[in-house]
Amino acid sequence: MMIEIQGLTKKYGSFTALDNLNLSLDEGVVFGFVGANGAGKSTTFSILATLLSPTSGDAFINGKSVVREPKEVRKQLGYMPDFFGVYDQLKADEYLDFYGASYGISYSERQVLIPQLLELVNLTHKRYEYVDLLSRGMKQRLCLARSLIHDPKVLILDEPASGLDPRARVEMRDILKHLKSMGKTILISSHILPELAEMCDEIGVIDNGKLIAHGNVQTIQEQLQGEKRIIVKVVHQLEKARVFFEENPHISSIEVADEKGEIAFNYRGTTEDQVNLLRKAMLADIPIYSLTEEEKDLEDVFMAITKGADVK
Amino acid sequence: MMNRFSNPVLMKELKLRFRAFKSFSGLMFYLAVLCIFVVGFLMIYTQFSGTAFFRPSDSFTMFSVLSVLQMALVMFITPGLTAGAISTEREKQTLNILLTTTQSSTQIIVGKLVSSVVFLILMLVAGLPLYSLVFLFGGVSPSQYVTIFLFYLVTLIAIGSIGIMFSTITKKTIVSMIATYGAMIFLGGITAFFFFIGVSMDQMATGYAGTQNLMPFSPITYFWVSINPGALMLSILYPEITNTIDSLVGISFPIWVVYLIFYLLITVGCLAIAIRKLRANMKTNR
Repeated sequence: MMIEIQGLTKKYGSFTALDNLNLSLDEGVVFGFVGANGAGKSTTFSILATLLSPTSGDAFINGKSVVREPKEVRKQLGYMPDFFGVYDQLKADEYLDFYGASYGISYSERQVLIPQLLELVNLTHKRYEYVDLLSRGMKQRLCLARSLIHDPKVLILDEPASGLDPRARVEMRDILKHLKSMGKTILISSHILPELAEMCDEIGVIDNGKLIAHGNVQTIQEQLQGEKRIIVKVVHQLEKARVFFEENPHISSIEVADEKGEIAFNYRGTTEDQVNLLRKAMLADIPIYSLTEEEKDLEDVFMAITKGADVK
Repeated sequence: MMNRFSNPVLMKELKLRFRAFKSFSGLMFYLAVLCIFVVGFLMIYTQFSGTAFFRPSDSFTMFSVLSVLQMALVMFITPGLTAGAISTEREKQTLNILLTTTQSSTQIIVGKLVSSVVFLILMLVAGLPLYSLVFLFGGVSPSQYVTIFLFYLVTLIAIGSIGIMFSTITKKTIVSMIATYGAMIFLGGITAFFFFIGVSMDQMATGYAGTQNLMPFSPITYFWVSINPGALMLSILYPEITNTIDSLVGISFPIWVVYLIFYLLITVGCLAIAIRKLRANMKTNR
């Protein structure tokens, strides 16, 4: 296991920010952490990054305890916080050089590494530019390069694409894909998880400090299949179709769009039930020409799982 | 081997400090104040004629006043340089990233302190040509200047450590700055006030007892005068003052020894607190 979290709990007085979190991730896994603001994502990341002590429990990065061996853990992981600043009057290569030295990398090694990292994040042309003059997207990429300077096995990226324009988001996503191909274990939280779904091997949904769902994207989506949104298009007889679907016990929340000839409803039933429903509709002479399931992305997964929860 | 002794924070701080315009403007202001004082002093003592005498004793007076002025400037500038060392990193959101590197808390704190001390030493060294005017007219021995320089060094390292400590334990630079200036006012002003109160009380006590010839013995009053930078500076410049202090407090132990021990303890204590509190959210501070 590259990351092993065991009963991690963090309390601030009577408030429980993290409640008995357990998680295991293999090497090379890209894990997406989904949760509302204040759900406990950043607290988890801060504990893993050795910035915060847990109230109880422990976490291990490549077998090293974040509580007992923080210095060893720091060698194993690269951390990119959600909000970060840069030093004025340092150039991009000096910025990386400083952090390289901070990880104990020798001068000669740094001279080789820095151009490679700048190339990885597409910032070679900005090597001698002052960091505070770079755009936000460039700063994010530079910070990502900074977190890679000591070649960590684990990357913790807290909202790496927040505040970026669409182009910068695409660039960031491409870099992350490249890092995945390099075999890095990546923990990532993001508001744009739907965009990142294709590269996440597993996702975890955290709410009020508790991990309420964990698995691969497919599994989590299947959990939602218990209630899916179906859109039916009919040629005419919209009212007749509405009455027909209303009578079905598996159907709820019907919405009719007259102008489009569409009926949308939530369906809770098995695949066989769905086949029967379609057969009965045909027998009832309802002129259906299209039946589609509304696609659910990770955002919907999150919204559905945390539905009704006390989101702060 | 080089890596073992290298301090990335120190190197980065020096680079940033010497690139910042405000460092040079600060240095310019400092030298301008000293220049105005030296030229003004010479003009007044030569009665604006340019042909009058300038005796070695006058030169010593200039040295004394210049030393006090330089001390005041150093005490004024040191908190400004150190009180924001860590809190600025926190405010700029660069501290968390720094703390996830493999640098130890000691390396970070010492790097911050040394970079500030180095800049202050640069200021003192930059003022040397003005001091050389004093040596031109005589009246002051080089050993006296070396003693004064060591006194500056001990004092500014201690004040710098206080600044770094407040910067680490407070979240905002402005709070840290106020606390550091407060500590400096206490050491420079309040201790003198306490000394005078102590002396007055001793004199009143011996007066009431009707024993005018009784030697007072007041360790607390002695302590206040011992830790006052102004008192030590005066005792270095005018050693005869030491006898006056001895007779006032009844203790004839050299005050520089107490001063040195006290300021070394402050330095060590403040740095230890800063190192311990830098990773305050972690149980282990490694």
